[in-house]
Amino acid sequence: MIKKVKGFFKGLFSIFKKKKHIKLGLYGPPNAGKTTLANKISMDWLGEEVGKVSKIPHETREIQVKERIEIKGKGGRSISFNLIDTPGIATRIDYEDFLKFKMNKSEAKKRAKEATKGVIEAIKWLDNMDCVVVVLDAILNPYSQVNLTIIGNLAAREIPVLVVGNKIDLKKAKVKNIESAFPQYKVVGLSAEKGINMEEFYEALFEVIG
Amino acid sequence: MLTLQYVPHSEIKNLSSGDKVNKLLNLVKEDKIVLVEGRLRPMEETELIQRTMEGISKSFKGIELCTVYPDVKRERPLDKFTRTVASAITGVKSGLTVIGPATVIKEIKRDPNKIQLLTTNGLNRRRSYKIIKKRKR
Repeated sequence: MIKKVKGFFKGLFSIFKKKKHIKLGLYGPPNAGKTTLANKISMDWLGEEVGKVSKIPHETREIQVKERIEIKGKGGRSISFNLIDTPGIATRIDYEDFLKFKMNKSEAKKRAKEATKGVIEAIKWLDNMDCVVVVLDAILNPYSQVNLTIIGNLAAREIPVLVVGNKIDLKKAKVKNIESAFPQYKVVGLSAEKGINMEEFYEALFEVIG
Repeated sequence: MLTLQYVPHSEIKNLSSGDKVNKLLNLVKEDKIVLVEGRLRPMEETELIQRTMEGISKSFKGIELCTVYPDVKRERPLDKFTRTVASAITGVKSGLTVIGPATVIKEIKRDPNKIQLLTTNGLNRRRSYKIIKKRKR
């Protein structure tokens, strides 16, 4: 009898739990493709984009939120979340790096200043996340300290993590390197730009969010 | 000239996270490459990045940061036990943290067994220094 009552309340709470909108953050270093992935997710389920993408690092310098995205999976499952696209986390920002992209000095300085604020904002928002997708560039060495710091912080905060190796459409992409760097996490290789492996990504999201 | 400064755990163990980060960052701003005994906590690492971003200026472009620590996955149970006990007694988290100014260190390349510092000199040439971790048998 007690078991039945417990089961009833558990079921009731799980209904409320499922209805709750979770905050899903996209984190990673600059130019890994966070906004491209945010755009792909948002286009797939809402039909609208989240933000502008560019080859110049630190294109996203403010937190961008797309509210109430509901994705549907196999067997009628669905999850609803607010998607939070964050500026890339870096340990160095030099305005001179932006000059290589045909930017004038004042534009480059402005961008660098905004980028530093963006990094601070992204770190502050870590505490608000219910689940995080760490977006890494699959052609780069995954053992960068920024990657380790982000994942270490998420582990310390006990936030569920899904690691994405983006840009698998490129020949040099090596998702296996990411898998061996972070064996404790589910890793999905995809190309947000080309829309490759998105089904597997959504399934993995169901697994991680639960 | 390249200056390496070693910071033993005993020098920072009683400091709050904020003070620890400030101390390390002030050394880095003096153009020194700082070798810290042990590892920073994850929250201290993010605090270091936040403070770095707050301090970016014409002369300070940021930091390069890298931590090396034992490969615990391949560690034998006895070694793991010894390390855990030693860490509990001394309070030192095994490993080494390298922090340097971005104007001096161009890049730190890292793989599980070694870190490689690529520095710039006055002629903007790259120099490479390797710190290689001893492999466990």
